[in-house]
Amino acid sequence: MSCSRMETRLLGYIDGRLKEKEQREMEKHLAACPACTVRVNEFRSVSSLLDELPQIEPSAAFDVRVRARIAAEPVKQDWWSWLGAAPRVLVAASMLLLATVWVGHRPADNTNMASPGDETQIMQDQDLPVLENYDVLANFEPLTELPQPVSADEPTEQDM
Amino acid sequence: MARTDVQLMLDVKAGDEQSFALLLHRYRTPLVNFLYRMVRNREQAEDLAQEVFIRVYRARADYVPSAKFTTWLFRIATNLALNSVRDTRHQRMEVSLDAPVTVDSEEGDERRIDVAEKNPNIEEHLVREAQRDMIRHAIDKLPEKQRAAVLLHKYQDLDYGEISKILSCSESALKSLLFRAYETLRVELAPLVALRAKN
Repeated sequence: MSCSRMETRLLGYIDGRLKEKEQREMEKHLAACPACTVRVNEFRSVSSLLDELPQIEPSAAFDVRVRARIAAEPVKQDWWSWLGAAPRVLVAASMLLLATVWVGHRPADNTNMASPGDETQIMQDQDLPVLENYDVLANFEPLTELPQPVSADEPTEQDM
Repeated sequence: MARTDVQLMLDVKAGDEQSFALLLHRYRTPLVNFLYRMVRNREQAEDLAQEVFIRVYRARADYVPSAKFTTWLFRIATNLALNSVRDTRHQRMEVSLDAPVTVDSEEGDERRIDVAEKNPNIEEHLVREAQRDMIRHAIDKLPEKQRAAVLLHKYQDLDYGEISKILSCSESALKSLLFRAYETLRVELAPLVALRAKN
């Protein structure tokens, strides 16, 4: 194993985190490389120096502040829990949905649909005001006294 | 038997507030220490730690135990810390590098004097404190990502897989990062390292 390849394994060796095979390779290399052995010892010293730093304790107010902020958080509810908490709303919403679906899909009302045979009747119904006016005119007495219309085949007085 | 972090978090998701209190109790000290060593300011570290817990709480409904809880927790913490360090970099630049690091050290100036007064061997105490300041200063000088890697590796006892996920890099990249960080620390702390070698 080369010295450069050892670099990435050095800390793992010090921490005892290497796999068994890697550990053996490292020990073999160290036995033959005084420079790497010195470096391992120096890294060990650095590691133990880092242990010298004491821990700090969070202040007494820390927990209080976190709990206060948690308490101030808005209550988060998802849709389903909200519906679960209000069954009447759920029932009403379901009924509304069913009604909407039923109205949208119900069969068309045939009573308002005309069959082809009824077309004449429909036209008569539509022309009813006109027909009514015709009857009035036909039965209007002063009009009956008017001379009969002249036929084109009959000779007129002028022709005679 | 103590419930695992994942179990506690799933209970929080189900609405159990007490489980969140247990998670808070379990991780408040490691989190505050990690953040304190990242940002070097106790008040700021506590504010950031609060923010981490709030974000965890807010994300409870969407929590899926796809990774270790600590990976998720420290990923949030690391991102917040890195953003904070970058935001305050200009302020930090204004502080002289020669200024004593003890201004906001773990013990605090006033408390340190009290301890020193009670300690019969003041000289020994002061030497130890000077050494600690030197170590803090050396960690402080590391680039942010290297610092985060060292702190997660050394003090949180997380494995390489977890740390690489937290820092969003490959395991081999993490090992190189740690090696470079330790090389820098070895140089910065050379006098102390030599002293250790003698002993």
